[in-house]
Amino acid sequence: MDLTLKVWRQKNREDKGGLETYKVTGILGHYSFLEMLDVMNEQLITQGKDPVAFDHDCREGICGTCSLYINGEAHGPDRKVTTCQLHMRMFNDGETIYIEPWRSAAMPVIKDLIVDRSSFDRIQQSGGFVSVNTSGNTQDANALPIPKMNADKAFDVAACIGCGACVATCKNSSAMLFVAAKVSQYAYLPQGQVERKQRVLNMVEQMDKEGFGNCTNTGACEIECPKGISIEYIAKMNREYLSASISSEE
Amino acid sequence: MSVLDSKIPDGPLKDKWTNHKNHINLVNPANKRNIDIIVVGTGLAGGSAAASLAEMGYNVKSFCYQDSPRRAHSIAAQGGINAAKNYQNDGDSVYRLFYDTVKGGDYRSREANVHRLSEVSGNIIDQCVAQGVPFGRDYGGLLDNRSFGGVLVSRTFYAKGQTGQQLLLGAYSALNRQIAKGKVTMYNRHEMVELVKVEGKARGIIARNLETGELERHSAHAVVIASGGYGNVFFLSTNAMGSNATAAWKIHKKGAHFANPCYTQIHPTCIPRSGDHQSKLTLMSESLRNDGRIWVPKNMEDVLAIREGKLMPIDLSEEQRDYYLERMYPAFGNLVPRDVASRAAKERCDAGYGVNKTGEAVYLDFASAIQRYGKQEAAIARIKSPSVDEILKLGEAVIESKYGNLFQMYEKIVAENPYKTPMMIYPAVHYTMGGVWVDYNLMTSVEGCYCIGEANFSDHGSNRLGASALMQGLADGYFVLPYTIGDYLSKEISTGAIANDSAEFIQAEREVSDRIEKLMNIKGTKTVDHFHKLLGKVMWEYVGMARNEEGLKRAMKEIKKIRTDFWNDVKIPGDKNSFNPELGKAGRVADFLELGELFAKDALHRNESCGGHFREESVELDGEQKGEAKRNDEDYAYVAAWEYKGEPADAILHKEELEFKDIELKQRSYK
Repeated sequence: MDLTLKVWRQKNREDKGGLETYKVTGILGHYSFLEMLDVMNEQLITQGKDPVAFDHDCREGICGTCSLYINGEAHGPDRKVTTCQLHMRMFNDGETIYIEPWRSAAMPVIKDLIVDRSSFDRIQQSGGFVSVNTSGNTQDANALPIPKMNADKAFDVAACIGCGACVATCKNSSAMLFVAAKVSQYAYLPQGQVERKQRVLNMVEQMDKEGFGNCTNTGACEIECPKGISIEYIAKMNREYLSASISSEE
Repeated sequence: MSVLDSKIPDGPLKDKWTNHKNHINLVNPANKRNIDIIVVGTGLAGGSAAASLAEMGYNVKSFCYQDSPRRAHSIAAQGGINAAKNYQNDGDSVYRLFYDTVKGGDYRSREANVHRLSEVSGNIIDQCVAQGVPFGRDYGGLLDNRSFGGVLVSRTFYAKGQTGQQLLLGAYSALNRQIAKGKVTMYNRHEMVELVKVEGKARGIIARNLETGELERHSAHAVVIASGGYGNVFFLSTNAMGSNATAAWKIHKKGAHFANPCYTQIHPTCIPRSGDHQSKLTLMSESLRNDGRIWVPKNMEDVLAIREGKLMPIDLSEEQRDYYLERMYPAFGNLVPRDVASRAAKERCDAGYGVNKTGEAVYLDFASAIQRYGKQEAAIARIKSPSVDEILKLGEAVIESKYGNLFQMYEKIVAENPYKTPMMIYPAVHYTMGGVWVDYNLMTSVEGCYCIGEANFSDHGSNRLGASALMQGLADGYFVLPYTIGDYLSKEISTGAIANDSAEFIQAEREVSDRIEKLMNIKGTKTVDHFHKLLGKVMWEYVGMARNEEGLKRAMKEIKKIRTDFWNDVKIPGDKNSFNPELGKAGRVADFLELGELFAKDALHRNESCGGHFREESVELDGEQKGEAKRNDEDYAYVAAWEYKGEPADAILHKEELEFKDIELKQRSYK
């Protein structure tokens, strides 16, 4: 199939940026979206032009590196996939595709389609862990049974890949689905109990500091989340936060 | 040729590690605060090492080329992590895990290292659970296990098909805790491009800031390389696009021996190639072989009909199918080790029985598992004489709970529903057992330079068993290196801070900037990927699943030619002082073009078949094992560690003889 691509080009953080138009031809349905971009970049390099910079790494939907806002949707038109798992069979011959970076003040564009997601790292650093040393002298792994339901729920939220689609798709640029996933994971596990209250307070504080917006329950994030994490966990985080705020020891 | 000192402690195998730990030199807490350590890579090995070293009190600088340490490719490991916990009461023990790993590695690994790995394996699970890693559990709330290829016990812990992700996020959380405390300084989007040696010791690195293109000098008392494997030398592999050998190769060029580069694992269960524009291959966890049965049609006319789309695989009766692994290896069946399973698939496809258009695919079928589970669930739910549909529904639900994400991934890529029709799979390059040579303390042949995880060579011999990579990465990072590095650093307590403006640093930085300048100035006509693909083609053709003398000699010649062409004709757009992904890629491919040649040289010199290294000249000619790989313990029971001497073809061989005191060397039989 032959396609027209409208791609966001931006030289660096300071540049204003804008859309450029490129044509690609001979794309087959089994190409992944990123392989289609590879073809475009090969063409650009051969023509002596600067290729389009985009983030990508594992290309199997787990590392969370790839992003891309495609035709107005985070990770494109397919559901529960990342851009690297999106295949060209989802598009039609002759179609025009708009490709933009994530847009959020807390995730500024570095170049072209690449954004700076270090705000996510800083939120995790503010409390997304259990304070246990790696001494190797922890108790036996089976000393503390965990009800299967809790373990499964903890897993469901731990599946978050930190890609940022939730932020990109949210009209408020809210990171609450991302933060809720981590807060909930530890809240469901006995190992997370000791720091439970302080964790949610710290992580929410950092989230606000980074400039992410708040949740107004539009639910776009859970639709675009490649790992299908439900907004019910945002409710859980709100509950954790409220309970920590009114009952915190300090 | 010299003999390498592996510094294996004396004493009985089972006491070596304990005794060694008891007698190793320690650094007191006040002195640790004055010692800096650089860790390159943030996967399971690098992430856990950086966190542990910082916890102990050292100042750590951690580097990754990705935008966050959480994205290292350990994240893509699916199936699980082994540990000798014996929770299933099926006779597992530290000795059995040790034995299985040495046997699985086809007796080409270092006994003492493997035993240590088995000893600490249980600790890893305890540690990860304490960190909040959500492993799979049973209804009693206890940890569940699954079984993996090459073993007869269930010792694999898992978190659905995302075990690597969950373990890495555990290590990442430990790392974050130390970053927040200021004990780890994190450098994202930074790539190590050179090792700096001062008076023979590793004293720092030159790193390139990938966003700005700036070169930075970072000094330390020790440098730890945890940069993963070199599977991308094949261009198409299951590695991430950015996975590279640059850090490992740079230290090799500065004096670290590179061991057994030809030991590469070709993983049997990957999604087959679809065409020429493919950028990477996708692995489906080996755990699928627990419930999936591998087959091709018995009759050639059925193969042809399937390829033409006239026949569907589900139309074939049991009698028309060849479950070749069950036929050839009745004891292990579909759970033979990876190298055996991969070669068997290649053998069937080479014989013409491949089931897709490229002729390179076999079936992995879940129909009988769905039936089995369906009936079992119906019985549990007390459904009397369940209908066919009910059984299917219940069975599919069980398969979904075990492998749901893998099935979804397959469906997204191939656009076929694997619950209804068998998956198609074919082997792909996955893991490299070879790597930088290290001694028992994980130090390379450069003093003060360590290498851990997949980047080193030590634990998996010539073939790695499933679920052992995660185990080794975390063992090295959490429980081995943090001890052994103290032995060296105890001599560094009065060294003081290492200056980064010495002549050595200036010189190293100049070399890097000259190299970048040279690359940018070639201004040729072909893209970096063009050369990478050429290299990959040669590697797969002549240095892939089966190798012979003629092909390997040819590969060495061709790789050298591609390298020359690359340095004359590569075209790198943009400039060096900005975010330039093509320039980063060019540096990595330049290193692969050297490593590939050494790889072929190593494969050529090892005229035996062992594990993932299969030489067509060395097969059993008769008896029960006819056609199977033939190892030659008399001549090749050693580690081949290569010393850099300019051109890869001129590398000098050093041997570390492998001693097996506790294990009798036997031919591996999975029949």
